[in-house]
Amino acid sequence: MHEFKLPSLGADMDEGTLLEWRVRPGDVVKRGQVVAVVDTTKAAIDVECWEDGTVDRLLVEPGTTIPVGAVIALLRAPGETAEQAAQWQAAHPVAAPPPAPAAPRAPVATVRERGPLPEERARRRVSPAARRHAEAKGIDIETVAGTGPQGAVTVEDVERVAAAATGAAVPDRAAEMRRTIAAAMARSKRDIPHYYLATEIPLAAATRWLAAMNERRPVTERLLMAVLFIKATARALVKFPELNGFYRDGRFEPSPAVHVGVAISLRQGGLIAPALLDVNTKPPDQLMHELADLVKRARALSLRSSEFSLPTVTVTNLGDQGVESVYGVIYPPQVALIGFGKMTERAWVEDGSIQITPVVTASLSADHRASDGHRGGLFLNELKALLQQPEKL
Amino acid sequence: MIASDGDAMDEQAIRDVIFRTLRAIAPEIDPAALVPDQPLRDQVDLDSMDWLNFLVGLHQALKVDIPESDYQKLYTLDHLMAYLRDRLSSRA
Repeated sequence: MHEFKLPSLGADMDEGTLLEWRVRPGDVVKRGQVVAVVDTTKAAIDVECWEDGTVDRLLVEPGTTIPVGAVIALLRAPGETAEQAAQWQAAHPVAAPPPAPAAPRAPVATVRERGPLPEERARRRVSPAARRHAEAKGIDIETVAGTGPQGAVTVEDVERVAAAATGAAVPDRAAEMRRTIAAAMARSKRDIPHYYLATEIPLAAATRWLAAMNERRPVTERLLMAVLFIKATARALVKFPELNGFYRDGRFEPSPAVHVGVAISLRQGGLIAPALLDVNTKPPDQLMHELADLVKRARALSLRSSEFSLPTVTVTNLGDQGVESVYGVIYPPQVALIGFGKMTERAWVEDGSIQITPVVTASLSADHRASDGHRGGLFLNELKALLQQPEKL
Repeated sequence: MIASDGDAMDEQAIRDVIFRTLRAIAPEIDPAALVPDQPLRDQVDLDSMDWLNFLVGLHQALKVDIPESDYQKLYTLDHLMAYLRDRLSSRA
């Protein structure tokens, strides 16, 4: 018997509302199959299952808000019978997860008009879980009155304020997304000691190579420079594992796979960074198709849970309409973000002569808990070298 | 759909295809508000992926494959209209 849990949906999303089940009890499911659709503040996400098996029971009704990690269904392993499943359940009572409070409750906490006085602030006790919870809900923890031991602010206190707030206002998707982004970025800026590096990369060879490739191709098969940036980044990261992975529970876990989160701005405002998977092993043509599909689905707000839970690093590319350089905020628990600005033509000195050359500024924002500037600089130089040989990417 | 093979399309039909294709990518735009002799991509905020998708859309609707080397001729709406008119009539 396998307990199917709501998977992580990224650092800034700790719960979701079940929109629909895509399977019914008795259905056979394959690894990677979409079994449910869950709504978050950012997007409706197709939740994939990573086990083979048969659906035994669905534990949650559509419309329920469920925390990440809650058991939402039971799957029988291949070969396991319904009788065996019943025996297992008799021995392991599984309760449906308690729904996260959505209905407004009577507000018990008083929301302070002003922030506490400095000395009061110093003595306030706030549990780490309550702080995280408040951030996820977009609540300023300083405004929550504590009812725990010695006046400590607890998760329950945050819940009360959150419930009161949802009762008072109709949720506004754009505002919710803004809060979600703000919570993740505030956490990043508080917890991650960022350092920033940048270098200019000449793109004469890459531009020539792309033009030659695209000249022979119909418009539906053309490559974008962004694909070369993403592929070169992934290749360089393989040599610099301290920039690719997760910082969790006080230590860094490098990732053998390179799943690149691609920052995609949404036309209605807001930003999401779903992943292209195993980028270092895929040829540029395949990456181009996957990137086009990812952008299309991101704009339609239809993405998969793995695309949110797996990114090991993020690339942001302000593209040819933006500015020349970008210094990004790392998306926790990742430890690096690579930024590409707008490509511009510059007077560039090479081999003692001046040429007009397309140049891009590539930047690295990285986590000092996992790496140092010296290695970060070597990474950017490796990236530069890889982009001088586009045919090998 | 648009009859394209061999038929000369009139000005308005081309304009309709352009706007329909643009709106599929940028639903928030108001075609009437676009200034025809100002850079199109600045007005609609099309990044390189949006621009490629726009050209793919035109290709599907008009069966005109625009080579990358012609992108620089498509700076404004007026340029784009003239370019498409040219390509469509030379085929007719």
